[in-house]
Amino acid sequence: MVAGEEKGLVLLDFWVSPFAQRCRIALAEKGLACESVEQELLGDKGELLLRSNPVHKKVPVLLHAGRAVCESLVILEYIEDAFPEAMPRLLPADPYARAHARFWADYVDKTVYGIGTRLWKLKGEGRAAARAEMLETLRTLEAELGGKAFFAGEAFGFVDVALIPLTSWFYSYEEHGGFSVQEEFPRLAEWARRCGERESVAKILTKPEDVLDFIGLLKKCYGIVE
Amino acid sequence: MSEPVKLLGAFGSPFTHRAEAALRLKGVAYEFIQEDLGNKSELLLRHNPVHKKVPLLLHGDRAVAESLVIVEYVDEGFEGPPLLPLGDALARASARFWAQFALDRCSRTLFKALWTPDGEARKGLVAEAKENLALMEARLEGRRFFGGDEVGYLDIAASGLAWVTVLEELAGAERSMIGEEEFPALCRWRGEYTSHEAVKACLPSRGQIVAFYAGMKEKLALLATSMQK
Repeated sequence: MVAGEEKGLVLLDFWVSPFAQRCRIALAEKGLACESVEQELLGDKGELLLRSNPVHKKVPVLLHAGRAVCESLVILEYIEDAFPEAMPRLLPADPYARAHARFWADYVDKTVYGIGTRLWKLKGEGRAAARAEMLETLRTLEAELGGKAFFAGEAFGFVDVALIPLTSWFYSYEEHGGFSVQEEFPRLAEWARRCGERESVAKILTKPEDVLDFIGLLKKCYGIVE
Repeated sequence: MSEPVKLLGAFGSPFTHRAEAALRLKGVAYEFIQEDLGNKSELLLRHNPVHKKVPLLLHGDRAVAESLVIVEYVDEGFEGPPLLPLGDALARASARFWAQFALDRCSRTLFKALWTPDGEARKGLVAEAKENLALMEARLEGRRFFGGDEVGYLDIAASGLAWVTVLEELAGAERSMIGEEEFPALCRWRGEYTSHEAVKACLPSRGQIVAFYAGMKEKLALLATSMQK
């Protein structure tokens, strides 16, 4: 077990952020202790956050001995590079397998959260379009997963870490989109359960009902009436 | 790794250029296959079913899509000078972070600004683009390339900024948004990048690009308006 405190790892965090959870899961899987510092995002942002991520002003930010790394997938790669002895490796050694992982993590990043946000924010045609895109996305992920245990095959890895925190948001997407992940994408549902058996994932993921409550709060903030 | 390398790409595509630049910088021999984007080949559709886009790298029976994923694959899979700095985790993270920034907040914003008709919206986009360009300007820190003395990952990612003046010319802009006075380092970088031996070989001439894009003005304007924020 590698002590993260000695390494000075701090994560600027937000309780429901699936992007911050990617980082926490990766660190937990590798036994790298890290201090999580909850940020105020709905009100005035803290000075440390603004100083550490002046460009995007977002979480997560990983501070390693005071140096800031921003953007969740960049952070995941950084953790691989900076702690090469910390097992398990989330990215395999083979360049093609790495390219496959990066492609699919990028795909997840370009789709799920953005489409999901439109799904709960919009109504009528906007929501219908988002619903169709969400189903298409989940269909693509289901097909890519196929009969494998995890996206890279036998081992829990990069793509799994990128996607699993977003599964807490599936319940909310189902509620707003009127579909069932279990029924339409059983392999994805099974994969989510399998990941959920891991201590890191079980501890870190937000409960789906809490995500739905949070979305309710955001709707109030945006003045959206259902 | 002596299996054949093929790159499916499109003329005038900054994304295709990124993949080619990486191959040339690493000294990898490859066959370039020109795709007709209006009539995509079976090869492209079979190997990139998710996005159906170029560039697409075929290495033996392996297919790699998405320009920056291709750049990293080429960097890691072949011998040659490193595109991402070796052994420095923070420098690698920084290059990746700024690469995404260059793509999403500079090139993309500039492209949208270019095709938005004059008015408040355009002013806003130009202001945003310039704010972001200032950050890229600062990243150069008086160096020849973002990668230091040699072209690296971030230079390749930011190569879209070298194309923008051509598009500006096409859109009938009087002055470039990336002006000498405001962005001296970026202008110098652009000159260095576009005259680099390896890069030059896969960058069509200005005249060629203008001629190519001239027939596409409407399409480009449409593309810009359809791009979400």
